[in-house]
Amino acid sequence: MTAIPLRSLRVGPVALRLRPRVLVSCLALAVLVLAALTACLIVGDYSIPLRRIPAALFGSGERLDVFFVRDVRLPRALTAALVGAALGTAGAVFQSLSRNPLGSPDIIGFTAGASTGAVLTILVVGGGMLSTALGAMLGGVGTAVLVYLLALRRGVQGYRLILVGIGISAMLGAVTHYLITRAELTDALSAQVWLVGTLNSREWPHVAAVGIGCAVLIPFLLRLGAQLRLMEMGEDTARALGVATQRTQTLALLAASALTGIAIAVSGPIAFVALAAPQLARRLTRADGTTLVASALMGAALLLCSDLVALRLLAPVQLPVGVVTTVVGGTYLVWLLYAEWRSGRA
Amino acid sequence: MATVVRDHVDLDDASTARAALVRHMSARATTHALRAGGLAAALGVLVLAALLSLAVGAKPIPLSVVWDALWHFDGSYDHTVILGLRGPRTVLGVTVGAALGLAGALMQVLVRNPIADPGLLGVNMGATTAVVAAIYLFGLTGIDAYVWFSFAGAALTALLVYFLGTRGRTSATPVRLALAGTAVSAVLLGLTNGVILFHDFVFQEIRFWQVGSLAGRDLAIFGTVAPFLAVGALIALALGWSLNALALGEDLAAALGARIGRIRLWTAIAIVLLCGAATAATGPIAFVGLAVPHAARLLTGPDQRWLLPFSAVFGAILLVLSDTLGRVVLPNGELEVGIITALVGAPVFIVLVRRARLVQP
Repeated sequence: MTAIPLRSLRVGPVALRLRPRVLVSCLALAVLVLAALTACLIVGDYSIPLRRIPAALFGSGERLDVFFVRDVRLPRALTAALVGAALGTAGAVFQSLSRNPLGSPDIIGFTAGASTGAVLTILVVGGGMLSTALGAMLGGVGTAVLVYLLALRRGVQGYRLILVGIGISAMLGAVTHYLITRAELTDALSAQVWLVGTLNSREWPHVAAVGIGCAVLIPFLLRLGAQLRLMEMGEDTARALGVATQRTQTLALLAASALTGIAIAVSGPIAFVALAAPQLARRLTRADGTTLVASALMGAALLLCSDLVALRLLAPVQLPVGVVTTVVGGTYLVWLLYAEWRSGRA
Repeated sequence: MATVVRDHVDLDDASTARAALVRHMSARATTHALRAGGLAAALGVLVLAALLSLAVGAKPIPLSVVWDALWHFDGSYDHTVILGLRGPRTVLGVTVGAALGLAGALMQVLVRNPIADPGLLGVNMGATTAVVAAIYLFGLTGIDAYVWFSFAGAALTALLVYFLGTRGRTSATPVRLALAGTAVSAVLLGLTNGVILFHDFVFQEIRFWQVGSLAGRDLAIFGTVAPFLAVGALIALALGWSLNALALGEDLAAALGARIGRIRLWTAIAIVLLCGAATAATGPIAFVGLAVPHAARLLTGPDQRWLLPFSAVFGAILLVLSDTLGRVVLPNGELEVGIITALVGAPVFIVLVRRARLVQP
């Protein structure tokens, strides 16, 4: 990896570190997110040309245009972008905290808990969207708290947290499997669709839920970013540099879990975004630590692009987006590894 | 050892040095004796578990009858149940459990990551994808038909992951291997989900296969997978010293004369054989490969020469006991062993993790 030129920007007592490559990558990702958002508004069985989009957005276009853009496509696209950003950020935080590239919300049992909660709701209560989301949220939060308490012993040690999370996840995974093997085929199938994660027929209330979550929690996590980067050097070093490690860890865990919880409740546990987005962002920016902003943008871009593919690949059949995120994200990661392999770098 | 001697020579007292050396050697001998004793005890528990597995089921049979059936088979109903039905699944449980435990221990040292489990090299996902293909493309159903598909899928995927995980001209690095495994698994997961969500008959088959079960497996399946398991286990146990070197880190291992690239390749081959064959026989069983090495490490410390056999025996015990429990826990029907291993194993695992001073791989 090449050394990154260090530049700084000083305005009076404030100094900012400028990392040109990070800045450019973030801008490029932001442009990509906007382009994908626009594409999501245009593309569909009823295709709307770009020049008619602004009018439709402000409600002055043709009635059908306005309906499709404002009531169908925009909420869905915004949900995708926000869920992607939430998962990307949360994934970066978990990977930073566990100092493990495989770290993701799965490792503290959140995803497993939410899945079991939702599948239980679908099979027992019969899955309305609201009750499923509620079941997922309760399951996820309950599990995360349980894992945290079980790992708590003279402070939470990262390694112990991971292992307890694995144990609880395995149990809940078994419960979910059991429920799915014992259910009627149709019920099992709808539970399976939820488990894969889908953005089909998401509307404004969904956008509001995940939007509020992102607006509150992402800035909060960004403020913790500097401390998180210091903690990656080891807890002792971070403590010596004046980071309140225990407090930072707890706050970051709570915020990232809440962020994941909202995302999962809205869209189901869309696989791989939380795991891949930070890794892809890191490779793109060539930063030497976690980059939360780039991870968030990468998550949003990944989910939006995947949703476009999910909508159009087998149209009129709509694939669940989770199928596509895994294939698209996975293929991209495979390609990156292959490219590095060819150049003999990394 | 050398340091022990030198420190005391500095004191210019050769007899003290000799005494320290003797103390050191005897302490080491005690540790070895303790570990050997522990392994023997664990094997004893495994034999008991196997006998229990023969005796317990929908029709409980006294242990004395089990004993008779083993040594003086008389063709009676009980004896047929023991040798014809419960025998094969007990044998399969022991071998598959041991294979999963071994593969887990190998995997964790190969990628130097405590979260690593045999699924990580893409083995489980590769097997599942191949079985989905068998059902969807060729209309095959039944465990006998799946065995070869699942083994081939597991092996091909693991090979792909391994070569993606190796960089350029040098050897595989832990993080790259883990990432490559996750990436390839994700692609396969997406593809299989794409198939099963739109084809009810595939989902209907695969939702039962993917739980992992020992029920309905006969000796023919054991015969199919046993050679692969045996070769894999031999390679694994022969790797003990080399893996100890590898665990010290790449540079130190190279300085000690270990050939890192070759060790990693053999480790990967052992994992593919063990895990691929085990998954082919039972379907993917989570948790055993992941948790058993952690439990074994609490007893043995990081020494791979002891860790590997302990992991094998613990894995076998866990799987056989779980299978036995699964037969009696429901009022009728049985619970798949893959579910029981997680439900029973996880709490024990968590208690262990909370209590003990953890040893990292």
